[in-house]
Amino acid sequence: MSLEDKLSKIKYEPDTDSHLKPNQEECKTCKKKICTYVCPANVYEWLEDEQKLLIKFENCLECGACRIACEKKCLEWNYPKGTKGVTFKNG
Amino acid sequence: MSENKTEVIVVGAGPAGISCAVTIARSGHKVILIERGKFSGSKNVFGGAIYAQPTREVFPDFEKTAPLERKNVEHKYAILGEYDGTVVSYQNKHELPVSYTVMRGKFDRWMAEEAKKEGVILVEETVVRELLQKDGAVVGVRTELEDYYADIVVLADGVNSLLAKQIGLRGDIEPKDVAVSVKEVYKLPKEKINDRFHLNDDEGCIYEIFGGSMLGMLGLGFIYTNKESVSIGLGVTLDEFKEHKTKPYELLDKLKQHPVIAPLIKDGELLEYSAHLIPEGGFKKIPALVSDGVMVAGDAAMLVNNLHWEGTNLAMISGKLAGEAAVVALSKGDFTKKSLSRYAEALEQSFVMKDLKTYRDLMDVIHTRKESFLKYYLERINMFFEMFTSVNSVPKRTLYRDFIKNFLKSRSLKELFKDGFSVIKLLWSVLVK
Repeated sequence: MSLEDKLSKIKYEPDTDSHLKPNQEECKTCKKKICTYVCPANVYEWLEDEQKLLIKFENCLECGACRIACEKKCLEWNYPKGTKGVTFKNG
Repeated sequence: MSENKTEVIVVGAGPAGISCAVTIARSGHKVILIERGKFSGSKNVFGGAIYAQPTREVFPDFEKTAPLERKNVEHKYAILGEYDGTVVSYQNKHELPVSYTVMRGKFDRWMAEEAKKEGVILVEETVVRELLQKDGAVVGVRTELEDYYADIVVLADGVNSLLAKQIGLRGDIEPKDVAVSVKEVYKLPKEKINDRFHLNDDEGCIYEIFGGSMLGMLGLGFIYTNKESVSIGLGVTLDEFKEHKTKPYELLDKLKQHPVIAPLIKDGELLEYSAHLIPEGGFKKIPALVSDGVMVAGDAAMLVNNLHWEGTNLAMISGKLAGEAAVVALSKGDFTKKSLSRYAEALEQSFVMKDLKTYRDLMDVIHTRKESFLKYYLERINMFFEMFTSVNSVPKRTLYRDFIKNFLKSRSLKELFKDGFSVIKLLWSVLVK
């Protein structure tokens, strides 16, 4: 089962703007880009051609792994608005 | 200011926050419990079991009405190699159950409803963005909608606790002090679960999994049985993903394919995938627990005993003790750090701090010796049983001697000595010092 299939089982109320805001200039110089593999929802994808971090924030499980992992400390990480984000029915 | 002012605001309606708020409400004081999720528990994830005795300390009759899945009667410790495994099992059909599996989305919601019945004002779907301070003391919270003031604010806002960080009670969490946990819940018929796990009726079984896809990593896997589903997951220290360049869900997928594990969840329908962080810093990383007008409880205070898989109980007891300290502070009208320090002292006297102190060196030892204890010896255990159970017309003495020869050859005396020394050091710190 792909990650997309797994994520499709989760209840989300996506916001219109991202609660995850990296400083993209810093990301360009980041060698390891740890956010692209610690994230359990694969929210971060590095677009080599565009030299840009794609952020699928609507898939975020709000765990905070990226916030702690970010070596550049350039990620502005907030909880989504009270009515938005993920809802775990089981948890 | 009078309208937007209460006695206590508790941030976060998880086990710590609810326990704190209900303790305060029971003493007749005003308390507002703020939860960012749609309902209590909706942003929470854990492996699967709550502990009966500590839960009774906050909700004495919870077993009568709480949404419980199964009472656990068996603990299995699965030591997995790449393709094989050794499983040790302890069974005890206690008259009084030690733990129950629950779904946080249901159980926390139930606890919050109980707390409401006892006078707690629950405000859901509200994020506290920052703490309000005056002359260095915390005097309230700023939500997305308004500022709200209180004599005391309790931070039970979980492992990320941005609020404790905001006021400097703690710094950034280091990647080695936190585990990323992923979990999947599979729907299976009750009879199938009972057959596969050798259970009767509403009995439950817990698997603690070492090795397998996590060989050599600082991480553990788990399986819990629910009424009509099985939860499987793992938690691995954040810095391992950096080192091994693997993704959390890939590790779990690989674990699910292990021959010891796969039959347990076969044909299950995925109900939910979830993820959460587990604070693993232990005693040495506990933040400042009190300051003027504020206390910290539960995961926000790093109160997790990872060796014993205890977290919700530490959260509930710390919440309760913070609640009791708040009640005393309210009766005296003194909300200073000194007054609220009663909470830190009570926690110090309780099993919570005593246990965390007992294991204060555990994580250091495991971090430095993880290749030994989370790979080498796990593999050797399986290799021993592979040798012991083999029937291949080779004389047993030869098998034994080869095993020992191989053991000594693959591990230098220096490494063996270091392993032994770290075990003795750890035992000494647990039992004596």
